Amino acid sequence: MLAPIAALINRSGPAWVIATSGAWFAFGAAVQLLRRVMTEGMIVYSLGGWVAPIGIEYRIDQLAAFVTLIVSAIAAVGVLYARTSVASEIEEDRHALFYAAFLLNVCGLLGIAITGDVFNVFVFLEISSLSAYSMIALGQDRRALTSAFQYLIMGSVGATFIVIGIGLLFVMTGTLGMADLAERIPAIWASGDGDRTIAVAFTFLTVGVTLKLALFPLHLWLPNAYTYAPSAVTGYMAATSTKVSIYLLLRFFFSVFGVEFSFEQMRLDAILMPLALVAILAMSSVAIYQSNVKRLLAFSSVAQIGYMILGISFGSVIGVAAGIIHLFNHALMKGALFMAMGCVMYRIGSVRIEDMKGLGKSMPWTMAAFVGGGLSMIGVPMTVGFVSKWYLLQAAIKGGNWLAAVVVVVGSLMALVYIWKVIEVAYFKRRENDDPIEEAPLSLLIPTWTLVAASFWFGIDAGTTSDVAMSAAESLLGMMQ
Amino acid sequence: MMSDPGMIVLLTVLLPVIGAGLVLLLRKNENAREAATLLTGALTFAHVLALLRLVRAGESPGLDILEVVPNVWLSFEVEPLGMVFALVAGFLWPVTSLYAIGYMRGHHEENQTRFFFFFAIAIAGAMGVAFSANLFTLFVFYEFLTFCTVPLVTHHQSDEAKKSGRIYLGILLTTSVGLQLVAIIWTWVLAGTLDFQAGGILAGTASAGILSAILVLYVYGVGKAALMPFHRWLPAAMVAPTPVSALLHAVAVVKAGVFTVLKISVYVFGVDLLQTLTTTTWLAWAAAVTIILGSLVAFRKDNLKARLAYSTISQLSYIVLGAMLANELGIIGGGMHIAMHAFGKITLFFAAGAIMVAAHEKKISRMHGLGRTMPITFGAFFVGSLSIIGLPPAGGAWSKWFLGMGTLEASQFGLLAVLMLSSLLGLYYLLEVPVKAFFFERPKDAHQQDGVHEAPTPSLIAMCITATATVGLFVWPDLFHELMQMVVSGGVR
Repeated sequence: MLAPIAALINRSGPAWVIATSGAWFAFGAAVQLLRRVMTEGMIVYSLGGWVAPIGIEYRIDQLAAFVTLIVSAIAAVGVLYARTSVASEIEEDRHALFYAAFLLNVCGLLGIAITGDVFNVFVFLEISSLSAYSMIALGQDRRALTSAFQYLIMGSVGATFIVIGIGLLFVMTGTLGMADLAERIPAIWASGDGDRTIAVAFTFLTVGVTLKLALFPLHLWLPNAYTYAPSAVTGYMAATSTKVSIYLLLRFFFSVFGVEFSFEQMRLDAILMPLALVAILAMSSVAIYQSNVKRLLAFSSVAQIGYMILGISFGSVIGVAAGIIHLFNHALMKGALFMAMGCVMYRIGSVRIEDMKGLGKSMPWTMAAFVGGGLSMIGVPMTVGFVSKWYLLQAAIKGGNWLAAVVVVVGSLMALVYIWKVIEVAYFKRRENDDPIEEAPLSLLIPTWTLVAASFWFGIDAGTTSDVAMSAAESLLGMMQ
Repeated sequence: MMSDPGMIVLLTVLLPVIGAGLVLLLRKNENAREAATLLTGALTFAHVLALLRLVRAGESPGLDILEVVPNVWLSFEVEPLGMVFALVAGFLWPVTSLYAIGYMRGHHEENQTRFFFFFAIAIAGAMGVAFSANLFTLFVFYEFLTFCTVPLVTHHQSDEAKKSGRIYLGILLTTSVGLQLVAIIWTWVLAGTLDFQAGGILAGTASAGILSAILVLYVYGVGKAALMPFHRWLPAAMVAPTPVSALLHAVAVVKAGVFTVLKISVYVFGVDLLQTLTTTTWLAWAAAVTIILGSLVAFRKDNLKARLAYSTISQLSYIVLGAMLANELGIIGGGMHIAMHAFGKITLFFAAGAIMVAAHEKKISRMHGLGRTMPITFGAFFVGSLSIIGLPPAGGAWSKWFLGMGTLEASQFGLLAVLMLSSLLGLYYLLEVPVKAFFFERPKDAHQQDGVHEAPTPSLIAMCITATATVGLFVWPDLFHELMQMVVSGGVR
C-alpha cells in the first residue's frame, strides 16, 4: 500500500524500472482503496498492530483515497514521462538519485494523505519536501539551485510553523491522533481554559499549510521552483504537491478542528476568501505578462490554487466539493500543460514564448496537447475545467456571493488571454530559421496525451469525480455535526 | 431512448463530423475531397428532412446521450424552432460547399483541406445547437461552434487575421462565459432543471427583479446575436474567406445566436413570463437601437463585406426584437426571419465573393459598370437585397410583415417606426451596389475590362439556387410559418 523506497541503485535503467513499478503498484493499490472506501466507508489500519493513541493509525476516508488516487495516478504517468525527459535534462550519473528522490516524494505525499496522526503528517511532509528540494536542484539551469534553496527556506519555515502548531495541540490535548484531537479540542475550547493556545495552534497550522500550498501571498517559492526544475519534475509536482497540501488544509480545518470551529469561531472564510480572490486576479494577470511559458503556467497554478481555496472558503458542501473537484481537475490539466512544455523543452531546449514560433506546424501533437490542456484552463464545456467552474459558480450563486462569481468568470477569461498568447505565437508566427524541428518522441507524447485525454474524459463524464467529491465534502462537513 | 428517430437525430449531428473525417482522409485528391463534402452535405440534409416529417407529425424525436454532471444530461430533442434552424443550415451547407469549391480554387486559397474540415465540423456544431434539449447541451455546442470557427476566421494566418481572431474569441467568450454561463447556472440553481419546456421553466421561481436580471444576462450573454455593444466580432470575422462569411457569419454562427435567444425566450422564460418582466421592453429597445445604428454604420462602409456585416448586425436584432416583443406574432416573425434573412444574406455574400474572385474588387465605390460583365452575380445581389429590405417578391417580406404586426400587437408604434426606417436605409445601402453596377460606366482606371468575366461556374450555380430560393420563399413561406405556429401554440411535449 505504501510506495516502496528501494531505488538507491546506481544505474539509471534499473532505477527507472523500480520507480515505475513502485508508482504503478501504488496506483493500482489506490484504485482498489478508493473502490473500497466508496462502498465500505472509512478504513482504519493500525501500524504495527499498535492501536491508536499509542501507535500510529492510518485512516482512509473518501477524500484521502481520492487524493491518494490523484497522486499515484500522476506519479504513474509522470514516471513514464520522466524516462526520456530526464535522460535529456539531467546528467547520467544523477539519474538514480532522481528516481530515488521521486519515489521518496511519492511516498511522502501518499503518506500525508493516508495517515491519521498529525505528527506523522509532519514526518511525511518533510520526506516529500526534502525530496522535492533535491529534485528541483537537479534542474539544468543554474538558477535551479537558488530556487531550490529559496523553496527550502520557505518550505522549512512552513514546516516549522506546522510543527509548532502540532506541538501546541499536543500540549493542550495530549494526543496526536486526528480522531482524538477532534474529540478533545471542542471540550478545551468550551472550557475556556487554554482556548487561546488552541487559537494560536490553529493560526500556526494555517500559515504553515498555506505556505506549503502556495496560497497568495505565500506563493513566492513556487514560480521559481516550477520554472527551473526539470520538466518531468515540474509536471509531476504541479499536479501533486500543492494538491496534497490543500488536502492537509482540509484535514486540519474540517477533521481536526471541525467546520464549526474553523468557520464560525475563527472566521477562516474571512481570511481565505479575500486571499483566494486576490490570488485569482493578481496571479492571472501576472501570468499574462510572463515570457517563459513554464513560469506563466506556474503563476497560473497559484491562481488556480486560489480557485480551490475559494471553493473551500465557502464552507458549504457544494463549495468544498467544488474545491476538491478542482483539485483533481487541475492536477490533470496542469500536468498535461507542463508535460507539453517538457516536450517543447526536449526539442528546442527553451520554453520562452518567442522561441515557440511556428511550433504549431513542426510539433503538431505537442501543441495540440497544449491547446487541449489550455481549453481546460479556460473552462470550455466538455473539459474538466468546465466541471470545476460549474460547481464553483453554483457554490457562489447559492451562497449569494456575487463578487466570487464575477472573479471566477474574470479569472477564466484571463486564462484565455495567457493561453491564447502561446497559441498565437505557435500557430501564427513563422519560424525565422529553417532548422527542421521534429515532433517530440512518443515516450513523451503518450504520457502527455494520457493526461489530456483524461482531462476530456472526466469533463465529459464527470459523474464519478463529482460523486466522490460530494461524498468526501459531506463527510468532511458532517464529521462534527 | 435509443429509438429509431433518436438515431436519425444523432446521425444528423454526426454526419458532418464523418464528412470532416473523409475530407481529411481524401486530402490528396481535391475532387474526391470535395465530393465527400457535397455527399455528406446532401445526406445530412436528407436526414434533416426525415426529421422534418416527424416534427410535422407532432413528434419530438430525441436522444439522451450521457449524464455529464449528476442530473445534467447531454441530450437532443428536435422541436419546430430547432427544425427551422436545422433546415436552413442543412440546406445551405451543401450549397455553400458548392460555392466554396469555385471560390477557393478561383481565389487560389491555401490550406483548403483544413478549410473544408473545419467547415464541416462547424456545421455539426450548428446542428447540435439546433437540436439541443437543454441549456447545457446548447451551451456546449454554442462554445464548440465558437472554437471550431476560429481556424476559419484566422484562415489567412496574417497579422490582420490574428487581430480578428483575438476580437472574435475575446468577445464571444467574454459574453458566453461571463454572462450566459452565469445565467445558466443561476437558472439551474433556481429551477433545478435546464430542460427546454413549453411555457418555460423559470416562472414563479424567483422575484420579477431577479428574473429580469437573468433575462438581461441571457440576451447580452448570447454574443453571437451581436446585440450592440457586443457586435464587434462580426465585422472582425470578415477577414475569413467569403464562403465562411456567407455560411457561418450570415447563417450558422449568427443564427445560432438569435436562435438561442428565441429558444430561451420561448422555452426557458415562456412568453407569458416575458410579458411581465420590465426588462423585456428595454431589451426590445436595445435591439431597436442596434437595428438603426447597424444600418447607419452599414450606410457608411465602402467595403462591401463590411457593409454586409453591419447589415447582418442590424438584421439579427430584428429577431431579438421579435423575441422581446413577447407575443405570438413577434416570435413567429423572428423565427421566420431566421430563414428569410439567411437565404437573402447568403446570396449577397455569394455575390460579394464572386465579385472579389472575378473582378478583384472589394470596394463599392469601384464597382461601377461591373453589372454588364457579371449580370448573374449582380442580378442575384439585387434579389438578395430585396429580401433583406423586405420587399416582395422576396421571402423577407413575410417575416417583416409578421414582425410589424407584432409591434402593433404590443402597441409599440415606436418600434414599428424603427423597422420602417431601417428598411428605408437598407433600400439605399444595399441597392446602391446593383444600381452602380448596372447604370454607371466603368471608370477608366479600373482593372482591365476584358479581364473581368463571370465567377466560376460552381459559384454561379450556388448563387442561383439561393436567389431562386429567396423568391420561392415569398411564394411558399408556409413551411416555416407552420413550424413557427407550432412553436407558439406549444405543440411540443
